[in-house]
Parts: sequence; structure tokens; C-alpha cells
Amino acid sequence: MRQSSFQTPDPDTRLILEKGGTHFANRLIAPLDTPTIDFQTWFGLANLRAEKPAIPDLAEPEVVRHYTVLSQKNFGVDTGPYPLGSCTMKYNPKVHETLAALPGFANVHPLQPDATAQGNLALMADLEKHLCAICGVDRFTFQPSAGAHGEWTGLLMIKAYHDSRGEGYRNVMLVPDSAHGTNPASAAMVGYEIRQIASGPDGMVDLNALEAALDERCAGLMLTNPNTLGLFEKNIGRIAALVHHAGGQLYYDGANINAILLQTRPGDMGFDVVHLNLHKSFSTPHGGGGPGSGPVGVKAHLAPFLPAPDLMKNPTGSYSLEYERPLSVGRVRSFNGSFLVLVRAYAYILANGAMGLREVSQASVANANYLLAHLRKAYDLPFDQPCLHEFVLSGSRQKELGCSTMDIAKRLIDYGFHPPTVYFPLIVKEAMMIEPTETETQEGLDGFVEAMLAIAEEVKNTPELLHNAPHPNGHTVPISRPDELRAAKDPVLRV
Amino acid sequence: MLASVGIDNPDALFAPIPAEFRWPTGDADPYTEPAMSELEVTLRLQQLASRNINTTTHACFLGAGAYDHYIPAAIDALVSRQEFLTAYTPYQPEISQGTLQAIFEFQSLICRLTGLEISNSSMYDGASAAAEAMLMTIRQTGRTKILLIGAIHPHTSDVVHTYLEAQNFVVDVLEATAISQSAGTTSFVKSPLVTQFAPPDHLDLTPYAGILLQRPDFFGRVGDIEAWTKAAHSAGALAVLSCDPISLALLKTPGEMGFDIAVGDAQPLGNPLAFGGPYIGFLATRESLLRKMPGRIVGETIDHEGRRCFVLTIQAREQHIRREKATSNICTSQALVALRATIYLSLQGQSGFVDVAEQSAAKAVYLQQHLLATGHFAAIDDTPFFREFAVRVISQSSAYRDVLQRLNQFLLTRGFLGGLDLGQPGTTHSILDLPGVWLLAVTEKRTKAEMDALVVACSDFFEQTHARQLTNPIPKGGGGDQ
Repeated sequence: MRQSSFQTPDPDTRLILEKGGTHFANRLIAPLDTPTIDFQTWFGLANLRAEKPAIPDLAEPEVVRHYTVLSQKNFGVDTGPYPLGSCTMKYNPKVHETLAALPGFANVHPLQPDATAQGNLALMADLEKHLCAICGVDRFTFQPSAGAHGEWTGLLMIKAYHDSRGEGYRNVMLVPDSAHGTNPASAAMVGYEIRQIASGPDGMVDLNALEAALDERCAGLMLTNPNTLGLFEKNIGRIAALVHHAGGQLYYDGANINAILLQTRPGDMGFDVVHLNLHKSFSTPHGGGGPGSGPVGVKAHLAPFLPAPDLMKNPTGSYSLEYERPLSVGRVRSFNGSFLVLVRAYAYILANGAMGLREVSQASVANANYLLAHLRKAYDLPFDQPCLHEFVLSGSRQKELGCSTMDIAKRLIDYGFHPPTVYFPLIVKEAMMIEPTETETQEGLDGFVEAMLAIAEEVKNTPELLHNAPHPNGHTVPISRPDELRAAKDPVLRV
Repeated sequence: MLASVGIDNPDALFAPIPAEFRWPTGDADPYTEPAMSELEVTLRLQQLASRNINTTTHACFLGAGAYDHYIPAAIDALVSRQEFLTAYTPYQPEISQGTLQAIFEFQSLICRLTGLEISNSSMYDGASAAAEAMLMTIRQTGRTKILLIGAIHPHTSDVVHTYLEAQNFVVDVLEATAISQSAGTTSFVKSPLVTQFAPPDHLDLTPYAGILLQRPDFFGRVGDIEAWTKAAHSAGALAVLSCDPISLALLKTPGEMGFDIAVGDAQPLGNPLAFGGPYIGFLATRESLLRKMPGRIVGETIDHEGRRCFVLTIQAREQHIRREKATSNICTSQALVALRATIYLSLQGQSGFVDVAEQSAAKAVYLQQHLLATGHFAAIDDTPFFREFAVRVISQSSAYRDVLQRLNQFLLTRGFLGGLDLGQPGTTHSILDLPGVWLLAVTEKRTKAEMDALVVACSDFFEQTHARQLTNPIPKGGGGDQ
């Protein structure tokens, strides 16, 4: 590994580890009030590290200033519009943070006796009830820590189900070519062979391709609905019938469930397993890449396979964690999942209620269609149908004029917007996947339209503005485009 | 707004959904939850929270993978900045330098703690990090079996089984039949309490892709396990260590001991107990294993004008590029939790971090000695321990199988969350069944006064129980396991 070439870096980009000189110990804890011990004697020299870990001793104000300045080099949902397709970057209500920090939630040990954590167990039980109603399934597990983790957990249950019926030979998982990359990756991690299903000319699952792929080895089909083009798979009834008839299970990737909250339910469409991304659809903050939470819901026939332990309601009305589950797929992570993420999602559901959640899906779809109606004048729309919560444009027209989708994305940064998801789904050339969410303001939507239309003009007249974008401005955009090739070719991964 | 784009009725937006699947159908709406104001939601959640005993109401001696260390206030202040809190994964580096640089700092710190060359940006938790590490050993060696050695946390062991067996790999567990280190006596019982710090002579590691150990082990014990890495390497296997990050302030690093991969949970670095999550796994390894590593990795580079900057890199391993051929399906991990750990280490600095570790170790020794002095407990062996230790009840009351359950109940009334009762399989964990064995953790937060009061409370409990026993003899068949 190459050493960092910045031995005396610019003060603006110095790492916390490159700061120092104060040698200031913050008085965070009291001095030891019990007898000290001789660590060399206690642990033995063979068990001690040669040198103390190299961490600078900095005063609290230095640390606070360092991370405050770093935070200013980030773009969050509160900074400006964030139409990152498939990521559902909606506003995260502030009260959620206050609630998650309550000592009765944040300071509870995961191995406390169940009787001393009834509030938490009751919260999980009630959240499960809500999510079952919203998704049309019978049970949920909260162990998975993120969407991909949920996918894998759901597929483990499908596998265990087939095994329990003596159909362990079912080892092929069907995945559309428009699917999120995590779908085939998760299926591979349960040992499945992946069979890709082509999309038809309308962007939907091609029923003929699906039928041709179904055989006695089919374990199931993973589907996102609306799919990654933002289109509702209108043949879902037929798809479910075909897959079930072939003995497969139907898996719902919940990344896009924001579009259909309380308008339709995965369970009613025929899905057997559903995962949700609470950090997308249920408004828990994404944290720059986690923590998330990926609860998985199942129909009753899959419930025996849920991860252990499982939450049970006792005849007395109290709750307990039940470990004796002989058919369970086992444990998928330590303890009880990302509990504080559940607290936020629960608060979100309570605040919205049924009407509110229905308005969420309405407004998210309305906002997407509003943007689509205005942007289709300037950009190609490969699949020309009314969209749900997101839509995919192609920058092919602009590419012919010498500006790529990447250039357009980077130019949006100059205009103060987070770019959409780009180059995904893979079936659209120069793809731009745009999801405004229901919480984007009218001003934000109109601003985005204006910027996109202005950029389309710049492509024709001043393409260099796109090629050189983004233009560092010293604060919100501290750098221009990084040399990613150099980073990968000759990696520097630490100091 | 809708009218401007030719939509009159909001319901028309959902025309693409076939009518048969619209919900609710008909007149009956089974889901009629009313909306609540912010105040009502707050009251409801405060009410739920108030039903939980927690470490602000009770002094906590529970550990077993989740530790009640002090959390400096500046962490919450900094991570609640919306720019960190509400950003997505840093796909657009020009407006994500904050997250990217923080992760680069995290990776650097994890390397310094573990003594290894590279680290990824985080995993879900320590258990899944261990499982992913064992999958790495399989990818690297082409072998299909792994071996778990010694007292590994039952959750880690469970999760490793789930991950590995999903792909039909074989997980062997070394049944410890070595000599118990209890004073004077030699025993060959198979028990997780038996230490397995060095490889037995006859053991053949050549079938294994990797071996997994934990230090401190589940019972807090710290043994010299270096012989295992040599044994693994001479058999062509990789050695993986699950370790506690606070202990790395003092203990020989995984790198120094020759481990190829170090994993663990960084919850103790500035993260609340949170009823189990979100926590954060770390995974550090040798540079030669870089392309086998799961998860996101941040690297340093320059922008067009030569400014130092940071980007997600070596992405050809990942699911969004490689799909089913990726090293893992992991996508979202624990960026904000990694930020907390990074800020924690920065605020503590070397001196504060070492102080936390030394105080935790010294106070655990203090409590163990004082519990033993009551005459009601015995040590499980004489191995040194870090921050956590197990004792066995030797009081006459140990004849009750539920003695520790009762003791913990009693302690709750005195303001303590007592240690973990390892004799209750099927309630708190799935594997262990060690009646009468009590696992206690002591962090720097526990004061001498709290520990002294805990010791007094234990004595009181046993005296009361003993007095009751004299009037109510133990029923036949209620004997405990000694």
C-alpha cells in the first residue's frame, strides 16, 4: 500500500490523527478509586501490546471544531433537495432523535431480564403489528440490520421452507435484470444459482422469459414493485401465479414501498416474504451509510423459520423473547437488531397514522410525476408510462452532444442539488433515476426542474461547464472531481 | 400542482396498479390508526421508555458483548449535525468529504488498534463481521471448513453458523477437553469453561480455511493464544480473532500475534447499549487480503487541482458492480456509528483511552476479589481477565437451580442490574447451560461505592436465603449442578 502523499497536508484536509501538539487529556472520567494493579504481572508480558495505540491527545474544542468543519463538507437532506432514486431520501423529523435518546431506550442493556425491558418489547410488538397491516403479512423479524441483510434473511427462510418440504433441490433464484445489485448478491450468499430474467420492451418482467426460466429447481423470484424504473409490474397477479405454480416463493424487495404505502400491499399481491428499509420508507436517518434496519415480514407458512429468538406475547399480556425455535434459520446478528432505528420508525408510523401514510405515497407519486412532466421535454424517457414514486431518464441525447450523465450529475452539484442515482438501472443507457419523495418542497421541485432544464441548455452551448463540474466553492463543495482511478490503482487506505 | 401536469384526481396517480390489488378493498378498512401530534407521540414513547429499567436508574454489571462505558457528551452533539445524520452513502464524493474523511479516520484508527494493515468502513455488528471474516478465509484458501475455538460469544458462534451453513460450508467446533486450570485438580470435562489457549498436539488444521478465536473470551479471560496463529499458518489456514476494542488499549494486538483478520464490535467506543443496536462491526486484515474483503472501503486520492480528498474505492468487490459475484451483499452498513467510535477515540486520546481500559481491568479485579471474599462464590479458574469475569455460586443456596435468577431479582430492588445468569438457556441466550455461573462486567463507570454495595447486597441475599432454607428445606430434585 502506498503511503499517504500528504505528509504535511493542507490544514483544511488534515486528519484528526495528523493533529496534535496540545497533549491535553480531557477529564471525562474520574481517577481510579480502587487499588491499581500491575498489568505486567496480571496479564503477563506476553499478553501486552508493545506500544500504546497512536492516538493524539486533543482538547475537546479541537475535536469539536474538527468534526464540525468536516460536517460542513457534507450534503444532507436538510441541506437541499436529494432526489437519489431508490434511496427515498425523505425528511427525518427531529423529534425522532429526541425520542431515540430517551434513557429508557438508549440505556437498556440487551441482556436485561425480559421483565425489566417490557417497554421495549411492547414497542417491538406494536411496531410488528403495524408493519404486518401495512404489508399484508403475518409476522416480522427485526434482527436484520439493513436492506441487504434483510434480503439474505428472507432468502434463508425460503431455503429452509423448501428444505422442510423435502425440496432442497430448489436452488435457483430468479432475479430481473433491472434488480438492485444486492438481490443477486444476497441470493449468492445463501448458495443459490442466479437466473436473470430479461425485462420486456415496456420495462416490466417479460412473462415469456419468466415462464421459460421456471422449472422444478426454482426456489423463487425476487421482485421490486414498483420496479427500479418506477413502474408498477402490472402483471404481478400473473407473475405470482406462475411462480407459485412452479413451487417457488415470491420475494418483495421493499426498497420502493414508499410508492404504494396503503395503496396496495405486497402480501395481497402474492408475495410470501417482504423486507423493508426503515432508513428509507420509514424516515430514519441514513447516517452517511447506516445504521439502517431491514425488518423482514413473512406469511404464516414461513413464520416457523423466522430467526431466533422470536418475540412472544405471554398469556398474562407480558412479552418475552423465545429461543426454542427448532425450525428457525438461526441468528443473523447479535442481540435484538437495531432497536433505536425501530424507535424512530415507530414514532413515524404513529405520527402519520393510516391517513398520513396514504398521503405519503400519494405525495411521493405526485411529486415524481410533476418532475417527470417537466423534465421529459429536455431528456429522453426510455419507458414512457406514468411513473410511481420515481422515474428513469436517459442522458443519451446529451451524451451525443458530448456530455455524459456523470457530467449532468456533477453540474447539479453546482446548482445546489444532490444528484439523482446515475447509471442504474443497468438496462437504461446513461440512466438518471429521480425520486423526489413526498417531503420535497414545491420550491425544491421547481428549483430542480429549472436546474435540469438550464443544464440541458448548457450541454448545447457551454458544455465545458459540465465537463469541469462541480466547481469548488470553498465551502459546500470543497473539491472538484476526484481521481478515482488513482485511488483504486495505488490504494492509500489509512494513515 | 397536480393540475399543472394534467392530473385532476390524486387517486388517478395509482391507475397503474390493477384494481384487484388496490387496498383497502370495499368499505372495510382494517387499518385505521389515527394520526398523532408530535406531543402525543412523545408522551406515548416516554411512557414505553419509562417501563424499562436502565443504566441511569440502576448500576449495570451486565456485559457479555455490550458494555456500559461512559459516552462523552460531545459525541451526541457532533453526530446530531444533520450533515452527518441525514446524508446518504457517499456516492458523490464532492459533497461527501465529511463522511468520507471520517471513515478514512475510522479505518486508520482501527488499524492502529488492531496492528493490522487495512480496515473496511464497518460491518453490521461484531457477530456478522466474524461471519464475513470466516467467508473471507474460504475465498482465500479454497477450503470449505472452518473451526471455532474456545469460549466464543454464543451470538457470534450462532451467526457464524448461519452465514457459513447457508452456503453449505462446514463449521466445526473444537470441543475443549483440555485440562481445567482449577487449582490442583485435573479434569477432562467438555465445557465452554475449559480454556483452549494453545492447540492440542494431535489437532490437524489442514482441512480448515480459517480458525476463529475470541480474546477476551466470552468469560472475559485473556490467555496467550499466539501458538494458534503459528499452528494455523503452518497448516495453510488463516487465523481470525474476535476482539474487544477497549481491550486493545492494553493487550497485544492481533497483528503482533500474527492473526490475519481481526473483527469485533465497536459498541464500547462511544455507543449506547440501546437494547442491542445499532452497534458496529469492524474488520481489519492484511493488505494481501484487500480484494477478498467485504464492505465499503475509503481511499485517499486527489482531485483535478491536486487537493487531497477521499473516495469509495476498490468497488469492484461490491454488489452494485459485481452483483452475484461480489465478496458480500453488504451495502448500507454503520457509517454514523463508525463516526461515533472515531469521535470517541479522538476525545479520549491515547491517555484517556488507556485510562478507560486500565480502570475497567482494575475495577473488575477489585469486584471479583471482594465477591470471592464473601465465601459465596468461587472463581471459574485462575486465568487473568479483562473487564469481565465469571464466578460460580458455592453458597448453600446454590442448590437452587434458580439461585442467580433470585439474586438478580434481589439486586434490582437494591438498584443494581446484576450479572448474566448463565444457567438460563432459552431465556437470554441459546447455547450455554451453566447453572450457578454468573458473568459480571465492570467498566470505568462503576465506582468503588457501587461495587462495595453490590458485595454487601450479595451477602445479604445469601444470608436471607439461607435463613429461609433452614425453615423450608430444599425440595427433592431441585439440586443445582456443581
